[in-house]
Amino acid sequence: MRRRHLLGAGLAIAVAGMAGNAMAQSEIKIGEINSYSLLPAFTEPYRKGWQLAVEEINAAGGINGKKLVVVSKDDGGKPADATTAANELVSSENVAMLTGTFLSNIGLAVSDFANQKKVFFLAAEPLTDAITWSKGNRYTFRLRPSNYMQAAMLVEEAAKLPAKRWATIAPNYEYGQSAVAVFKKLMSEKRPDIQWVDEQWPPQGKIDAGPVVQAVAAANPEAILNVTFGADLVKLVREGNTRGLFKNRSVVSFLTGEPEYLDPLKDETPEGWIVTGYPWYDIKTPDHDKFLKAYQAKFNDYPRLGSIVGYQTIKAAAAILAKANSTDPEKLIAATEDLSMPSPFGEITFRKIDHQSTLGAFVGKTALKDGKGLMVGSVYRKGADYLPGDAEVAKLRPKD
Amino acid sequence: MAFYFVQFLTGLASAASLFLVASGLSIIFGVTRIVNFAHGAFYMLGAYVAFTLTERFSGALGFWGGIVAAALVVAVVGVLVEMVLLRRIYHAPELFQLLATFGLTLMVQDIVVMIWGPDDLLGRRAPGFKGAVDFFGQNIPSYDLFLIALSPVVLGILWLLFQRTRWGVLVRAATQDRDMVAALGVNQKWLFTSVFALGVFLAALGGALQIPRDAVHHALDLRIIVEVFVVVVIGGLGSIIGAFVAAVLVSELNAFGILIFPKISIILVFLVMAVVLIVRPWGLFGKPEAAARRTPGLTVNPWRPLNSAERLMSVGALALAAMLPLFAGNYALTVGSEIAIFVIFAASLHFLMSVGGLASFGHAAYFGLGAYGVAFLAKAAGLPMIVSLLLGPVLGLLGAAVFGFFAVQLSGVYFAMLTLAFAQIVWSIAFQWVAVTGGDNGILGVWPDKWAAGPAAFYWLSLAIAAVAVTVLRVIVFSPFGFALRATRDSPLRSEAIGINGKRVQWTAFVISGTVAGIGGALFAYLKGSVFPDSLGISLSVDALVMVLLGGVETVSGAVIGAIVFKAANIWLVSQTDLSKLVLGGFIVLMVVAFPKGIVGTLETIWNRRRSTDTKSALATSRVEVAE
Repeated sequence: MRRRHLLGAGLAIAVAGMAGNAMAQSEIKIGEINSYSLLPAFTEPYRKGWQLAVEEINAAGGINGKKLVVVSKDDGGKPADATTAANELVSSENVAMLTGTFLSNIGLAVSDFANQKKVFFLAAEPLTDAITWSKGNRYTFRLRPSNYMQAAMLVEEAAKLPAKRWATIAPNYEYGQSAVAVFKKLMSEKRPDIQWVDEQWPPQGKIDAGPVVQAVAAANPEAILNVTFGADLVKLVREGNTRGLFKNRSVVSFLTGEPEYLDPLKDETPEGWIVTGYPWYDIKTPDHDKFLKAYQAKFNDYPRLGSIVGYQTIKAAAAILAKANSTDPEKLIAATEDLSMPSPFGEITFRKIDHQSTLGAFVGKTALKDGKGLMVGSVYRKGADYLPGDAEVAKLRPKD
Repeated sequence: MAFYFVQFLTGLASAASLFLVASGLSIIFGVTRIVNFAHGAFYMLGAYVAFTLTERFSGALGFWGGIVAAALVVAVVGVLVEMVLLRRIYHAPELFQLLATFGLTLMVQDIVVMIWGPDDLLGRRAPGFKGAVDFFGQNIPSYDLFLIALSPVVLGILWLLFQRTRWGVLVRAATQDRDMVAALGVNQKWLFTSVFALGVFLAALGGALQIPRDAVHHALDLRIIVEVFVVVVIGGLGSIIGAFVAAVLVSELNAFGILIFPKISIILVFLVMAVVLIVRPWGLFGKPEAAARRTPGLTVNPWRPLNSAERLMSVGALALAAMLPLFAGNYALTVGSEIAIFVIFAASLHFLMSVGGLASFGHAAYFGLGAYGVAFLAKAAGLPMIVSLLLGPVLGLLGAAVFGFFAVQLSGVYFAMLTLAFAQIVWSIAFQWVAVTGGDNGILGVWPDKWAAGPAAFYWLSLAIAAVAVTVLRVIVFSPFGFALRATRDSPLRSEAIGINGKRVQWTAFVISGTVAGIGGALFAYLKGSVFPDSLGISLSVDALVMVLLGGVETVSGAVIGAIVFKAANIWLVSQTDLSKLVLGGFIVLMVVAFPKGIVGTLETIWNRRRSTDTKSALATSRVEVAE
């Protein structure tokens, strides 16, 4: 039935026709891609964050007088679909740059696309170290503190614990694997006396929490490193609480202080875990106050970490475009390297050496108050302090 | 010792929740032969509704009443779905109902986010079962003990229902021989509806009972559905006791497996299924399927090669498609390339399904192997594009040769599930073997050589290869080999009697199909510039099935149209709306109702009917029922 290629061709033309609107001269377009349908819990606040940023930028006169427009696409959580979306944004929408992505593999796929097509890409959320180091390229920058940085922040606190017997629980995919690997490496450097007594690798999103908790308890560790998040974390915490896994044990946990992951735990929030996160209720700086007020006024909701990431991604994009005063990718790269800008967490810089921003994270302890989980005793850790030395970074990153 | 006992109990508790859902699926399949993809969606709905009800009504009565009420509410939804949607398509080709329930699943995923919001929800703990019981220093959650006690009770009730009531007798009779039950004057409609309601009730109950230990979120359905299918197949289709034993087996192996190999969970159930199916082709408690009265791939419209006018039209359509670069932009051309690649992929599966009568649920394995083959050759060996394109699909060929050898020993749903198991095993190797495959971060930088780098050049390349692949497959259909394959499909007994080696013919078809899929995968790697384990994953296998079913499984090349319509709609919707799953699911459900034989199948039927009334010949209709 090949004759029906005709239909297909017709459809494809229709698609192209609808997408190919001419770009108005008075506006600058940014292409944005994220896993809206797969991960709404994280991407909805993220979307609100960037919408607020767009509104603020345009209210302040746009970018060098031009109106900023963000064209947003869903990738459905699939790297192949993200590449299709990136292609549409670049070919049909003529965007000046690409931003966004959450999952590490999608971030890498878009970063490789950007490298191949010579398009500027500002990765918002993917955590993998590969995106700036082993698979880094000159067209790609990343905003959020990497896996390595978050591990280094946690190790600083974890090394102070008296615990010598450690167990790890991490989702069985690249993020979990590299988080554990970096944590182990940095921790063993600081504390050669510790032992790793057990490791559990439940499949991401499919933890069978009972047997996992039981297996960790059987190894009788003094401290536990947790890398699970989302629904897996909820199941792990519930089983752990019921079975007394966390009693008299220290727990160090990646990302658990982010409202996205802490809030669903409600009255089951375990107390005293050392976590990275975002205690929006506890940050008393003018930069953050301004952001918080504007966000709450616009959305009548509190911000999540995703809101900060979305907001700062578009703010950074605007700062880059304003400084470059051009949409030429080479000029954008030159403008971004060593560019400093304000953020709700204080000033950040995009490093020239590995294209990583120095946005940091808060480290604190979990607590339970009025049936809700909180982070207490939080301290902001600047990203710049938790990156390896320049000589080491140069070795990690391929030459352009 | 106490530890191992507690670990055993923990495994039993996991088995309990698996069993509830699996028993429902097994009952539905046993009687209606529907591969109910939406079973996970009903499970998830059960959890969401139970969350709402238990939040609203406090106290023990509110909680337990809420759980049961949630299961009942969802069962009513199930009845509506059965009456409004599934009843219309019971007479459609085998597996077509899969398409409808797949569409429903997509819709439910978006609908729950619209109703309950995007955040993970934490349900209440069960009143009276909040703590843990101390067992020689080990804690066992009392809710686990409750679940462990519940599942034999449910098993007992189901057993009584099936053995001691008239309804149960009818259900068992229908499981064994639907047509005979109908011939004896039993109203099948209501039997099917009631069975469906019971199955959905069990799924929703399973979901509702998870709220004290799990978070309620919109990905619950996919998390459970594949695992439940596996459990049902390991146990033997239609066997409740089999489902129970399989659930216990899988859960215990997992509970103890992680003590030795902490990374085993990701693949364990599929390994168990592959081993069980190779040793016992009908699952642990299943019986060999009775010889089908209806030919599996019965073609209402007899197949014939295209006549010269139709050939001319095909060439004309191809020429038109080849002119796309004259007026379309880069994006449209890339989308065109992607559609052409999926035409290749869908056509390869269609060949296996409709000509071979073998529905593979893991066809993405060979697509992905082709893609990885190219990635290895291009990245590791640094070979030029032409060589990689030619040699990459060899990996798909090898995979198909090895797995196909085992798979063709089985038939029907068991064949489908064994192919799924193999695909998952390949997927987990790609996912875990980080040193070679890069794990889920994939292999980057697989870009085409200069001559094919332009969107137009790549489009022409993809289109040409798609045209050749579809033509070659058609030629094979009408070759002596194709006739032998169809003979084996329609009557294994008769074809064997005339000297056809059925298994070898099917194996060859499997290898051909896998190789063509590998060619599609090889092109896909160059189109995307990177390869990820996704390209071996379940969702891609399901996409291929959907394309074939949408086009029409009883046609010669319907998959071509199915692939074009599905892929174009998918890309367009994902680009236009965040609710793409809702719209796409709704679109699929509408297509199912409007084109119960697939798009091409239905159009052909209308065409033939008109022609036969024109010539006042009853020829076309007289061939409709060919009884074995």
